[in-house]
Parts: sequence; structure tokens; C-alpha cells
Amino acid sequence: MRFVDEYRGGEDAGRLLNAIRGVVTRPWVIMEICGGQTHTLIKAGIDRMLPEEITLVHGPGCPVCVTPMRLIDQAIAIARRPDVIFTSFGDMLRVPGSSADLLKVKSEGGDVRIVYSPLDAVKIAEANPGKQVVFFAVGFETTAPANAMAVWRAERAGVENFSVLCSHVLVPPAMEAILGAPDHRVQGFLAAGHVCTVMGYWEYEPLAERHRIPVIVTGFEPLDLIQGTYMAVAALEEGRHGVENQYSRSVTRDGNTAAQQLMAEVFEVTDREWRGIGIIPDSGYVLREKFVAFDASQRFDVADIEASESEECIAGLIMQGIEKPSSCPAFGTRCTPEKPLGAPMVSTEGACAAYYQYGRN
Amino acid sequence: MADDERPDLDAGMVCPIPISDYPTVQLAHGGGGRLSQMLIDDMFVAAFDNPTLAQLHDGAILGIKADRLAFSTDSYVVHPLFFPGGDIGSLAIHGTVNDVAMCGARPIAISAGFIIEEGLPMADLWRIVQSMRNAANQAGVPVVTGDTKVVDRGKGDGIYINTTGIGVIDRGIEISPQRARPGDLVLLSGAIAVHGITIMSVREGLEFETRLESDSAALHTLTAAVLERGGHDVHVLRDPTRGGVASALNEIAGQAGVGIKIDEEPIPIDEEVRGACEILGFDPLYVANEGKCIAIVARESADELLQTMRGHPLGARAAIVGEVVEEHPGKVFLRSRIGGLRVVDMLSGEQLPRIC
Repeated sequence: MRFVDEYRGGEDAGRLLNAIRGVVTRPWVIMEICGGQTHTLIKAGIDRMLPEEITLVHGPGCPVCVTPMRLIDQAIAIARRPDVIFTSFGDMLRVPGSSADLLKVKSEGGDVRIVYSPLDAVKIAEANPGKQVVFFAVGFETTAPANAMAVWRAERAGVENFSVLCSHVLVPPAMEAILGAPDHRVQGFLAAGHVCTVMGYWEYEPLAERHRIPVIVTGFEPLDLIQGTYMAVAALEEGRHGVENQYSRSVTRDGNTAAQQLMAEVFEVTDREWRGIGIIPDSGYVLREKFVAFDASQRFDVADIEASESEECIAGLIMQGIEKPSSCPAFGTRCTPEKPLGAPMVSTEGACAAYYQYGRN
Repeated sequence: MADDERPDLDAGMVCPIPISDYPTVQLAHGGGGRLSQMLIDDMFVAAFDNPTLAQLHDGAILGIKADRLAFSTDSYVVHPLFFPGGDIGSLAIHGTVNDVAMCGARPIAISAGFIIEEGLPMADLWRIVQSMRNAANQAGVPVVTGDTKVVDRGKGDGIYINTTGIGVIDRGIEISPQRARPGDLVLLSGAIAVHGITIMSVREGLEFETRLESDSAALHTLTAAVLERGGHDVHVLRDPTRGGVASALNEIAGQAGVGIKIDEEPIPIDEEVRGACEILGFDPLYVANEGKCIAIVARESADELLQTMRGHPLGARAAIVGEVVEEHPGKVFLRSRIGGLRVVDMLSGEQLPRIC
């Protein structure tokens, strides 16, 4: 398959791995930001093929994982209402709230539907004028344009029975928070190629400069990740810092400016709570005043719902690269995909799910 | 299947229930009275027409000479009822024929139980029944007994079908998961994940344009050819339906207490299916098949049996995809295209489309 097979070839992988072995002289800790990258690394077995000097730690780029439990509980409260059709990306349905998940709400009679595009949720709203249709708008800068487009379209078309429960998060403030933690050990980043496809990479340049750290914009195929790792190791060994672009087939410095304009029209930046990590300043999006009528958390009066996390789950430490899933005492015993303590065990982008599914215990 | 090969569903028959009188199925069609009788006689008996069914006993009376019988049941609850390449009716025949065939048996008869939701369009029921008739005729396996119930509107999903099949196991054939042993090779009869992705492509909220058609097919002539050539060297047969190839191999590894190592590279998969899986974030190894067979066979016969599979129309793209090993009993491993090794575990639930 074009644009896939070229980036999964065994021979090229071998060459790049040899190149890494050729440059590495001492231990380095590198964090891949995105959960999709984590899964590729583990699924293709790259973590086991790299020289032992290189430790990969797994970043917070799993939208399902960082969505606060309070918001999951709000989603559940809304989805339980008989007048609501609750729509979501499939990934969110298994994420544990305080006492249930959305799949359980569905089994109890809630009208919970998986959609692949938020625009489909708008269509469902148009087709069901007697119902309130809510879309669970989570994700990073990657999903934000489509979610912005859904709200923008609903506003233009006067689809008043549509709203979004919004929990958008942004990557650069999270990287800043990781590097600001006193016990952080990250020496280089593989930045999330899809986020950069939308946002470009200019906003990482000051961060790389300030922390004197290499940031390699990296794709999601096995060869992308091996090459990104090579670029990070080469930069570290040579004492270079700054932003480099491995994913040049998709990413430009400026990104997708049309998407950025739409996002800026619909959303404004706000402080945001990250599950397991806490509040990170200016790290999320909220609907602008003009679109606030489409905010489900206000429409359904769920803003007061509070929730507390499992005390045993160390997801926050894992997503900051301080711990690994396999070093969690609950991993695979008290925390499994069937009975998760935290979201990373059930999300298809969660680091714990990757370790569990592909046998890294 | 090309359009000109597709069986003509309406050939020679029109719906025997006067649709102007009963445009939809009524509760009374399952109530045991005159309407029930009309539905059974005019629709089911007429469609599945065979001497055993025509006796209209409480059950079918079959004359079978055999030492061993295979006996399998399955219920079909697919949504939507009609999908590219098939429908719930053809699936209900193929699925159970295949379950019997995977026991190493020749299927000889099948039963059909219908649970119909009040309000199902009569034309839909007729289309489903005709499709079942065609599938059964093509497979050469008669529907010899059946049952119909109608449930209140809102208490079913249009129609559920249960089919049960009986088959005869010939002497010298011994198929069971426990017979998988280190050194055996794993054969796969064709491209994976077609059925699951086809169904996904027509589900509300996930529709995407594709030319895909379900691979739903009766595999008993393929397994018969493999068994005829391989005999005792054929150790395990399995059709990887729900849960896909990964789950089927995990079950076998667990039941036999062996490890199974597969290679990603030779596993046949269509471009469109791969593309859809990439977009949805699905691993095709876990996606359902309805016309594919895994055979675990003695290493020395594997090449010959591969050729046998490839000589059958349903096995043209067959491949040797892995081997049974002593290490890691109960586990399945996959060597990725770039050479990394990973565990292929059972999934804890359905695969759900990812966010980005």
C-alpha cells in the first residue's frame, strides 16, 4: 500500500538501526509525545531493537488518557439523560469514570453512538430534531479543527439541538510542564507529527531553545520512528538542540493555516486539567463567547460534578516519562483492560494498553 | 463475486405472502394459528423445499450411517441485515456449514430458527429466506427443520437466525486443537478481515466508500479437498470469525499448550481492507472473517496442502503464515515486517475506532 509500505520495510529499518548504533556512545532518554507513536514502537518491536543505551519514555499524547475523570463523569451524566443522543469517538467509550463508563451507560439504555467524524454528529442532530445531540470533543490539536468545524457548521445552519462537551488539550504547554518538573529525565523529544501537520513546528522553536533540547517532528510508521530516534540521538551526541523535521512529507513549519484560523475563530486558549497530571496553564481550548451556546457542560448543568482519581494509578507519572507502565505495581494485576484503574490501560493510544497488549510485562 | 456470477435471488419465485395484505410481519405470524401456518407453508417450506422438511414433523428424521458426527450451532445477529456480499440469511448458512466443516466433517443437514421482530417488512424476510435457500442449495446442505417466533416490536433487531448443522466425519480424520504440535505449519486460506471491514463500512456513523464485499462463503468443499489430500496430517481446522485470526490462534495455542509464531509479511490482506484498518485504528488480525480457514498441518505435508488450497476457488491466495513452537505455551507471537517480535494477545472487548 502506497505511503505505508515504504515506511515499514525491514531492510531500511536495519540500516537505520545500524546508523543509531554507529552514533550512540552513552545513555539517552527520549520521549515520544504521541500515544499513536508509542503503539507503533511497541507493536513493531522497535523498543527491543534499539541499542540498550536508548530509553524511550512515553508522553502524554493520548487524548483519552488525559481527559479528566470529572469530564468523563459529566459525559456519563449527560449520556444517561433520556432526551440525549450522546456521540463520541469509539476510543472514549471504555474509559473509566468514577463509577461507570459510556459502554455501561449504553448497556443500561443510554443512546450512545460511535461516530468517526464530529460532522456526523451534526448530521444526527439534524435528523433528530426532538433530541439533544452531544459530541464528546476531546483530543489534541489534531482533532480540534474537525471539532471546530462541527460547531461552526452547527452555528451557521442553526442546529440548536447540537452541542459539544469540550476537553481539548495542547501539546507545547504539556512539554513545557514535563521539562519544568524537578525530577524529569527527558533529554530529547519526538514531537507528534500529526499535531504538527495542523500547527506547524514554529511554536516548538522557543521551547527547544529555552531548554536546549532537540525536538524531532516525527511520523507514526516504524521507519519514521526509527529515523526520528536516529535524528534525536545524533543531535544529542553532537550537543545540538533545536527543532528538526523528520516528517517532512506531511509537516511544514507553518502547518495548516486554514485549520488554525478556524480553530482560532471557534476556540480560545484556557487553563486545562490533565488527568493524573493536574492543571497546566494555557494548555487547552474552550469555546469562544460567540459559540458558548454549543457548550454541553453549560446546557446540561453538569459543571458541578466532581470526581476523584484512583490513588493507586500512576498514569500521570507514566505520561510525564518518570515511570514506565511495567514499573507500576498494579500493572497486569489490579489494573487490566477488563478492570482498568486508569485510562491508559484501555485507550488504543494508552502506553499501558500497548505494554499489556503486546506483552511487555 | 462479479455481478454476473451473483445468484439471481428472484429467479422463478415471487414472495408467496400477499404483501398487500401483510406488508410486515405480524405477531400472529408466530402465534401458531392460520397466519403462522401460511408463513411456514408458503414461505419456508416452499423455499427450502426438500423431502425431509416436507414431512413437517416436529423434527427432521435423518438416516445417517457414520461412526462420528459433528454437531454445531450458531446464532446470527448481524446489523445491518443486508450488507455488500451477503445478508443475515446467507451468513447463517455459511457460518454453520463452516463450523461443521472445521470439525473435519461433511455437513449433511441444517436447521433454521427464526426470531422475527414484529414489523419486519415481509419483502425483507422473503429476501433473507431466498438468500438462505440459495446458500443452502449452493452448499448442497438441505435445511431440514426449523422454527419461527415473532417478538413484539422493539424487542428484536429485525430478525435473528439460529442455525444448527450436522455433519459426518470420515474415518482417518482427526481434527482437534489439541493436535497442534511443535513443528506444524499454519496455513491461511486467503485475505483476512474482509467481512468485518465490510460490515463496518455500512454501519451508521462510520460509513465509508468502498468496493469491498463480505467474504461470506461455505468452506466445506475447501476443507474436504484439504482433508482428502492430507488425511491424518491435517491437525487443526478453524474459521477465524469474530475476533479474527489472532483470537482463533490464541484459542488453539491455549487449548494445545503450544506457542504459535506467525509472520506479518505473508498474511494475505487486500489494500482496501488495510487502508480502512489504518484509518480506523484496527488491527486486521482481530477483524472478523466469514470465508477463511486456518489449517494447522504436519510440516512435511504443508507445501502440498498449500497447493491443494490454492487449487480451490476459495483458497487461491492461501499462504503459509507461521508455525507451531514449543516455547511460550499458550501464546501467539508475530514477527513484524521490520523484524520486531511482539505478543498477539486476546482482545478484552471489541476493537473501537480510535480518535486520531
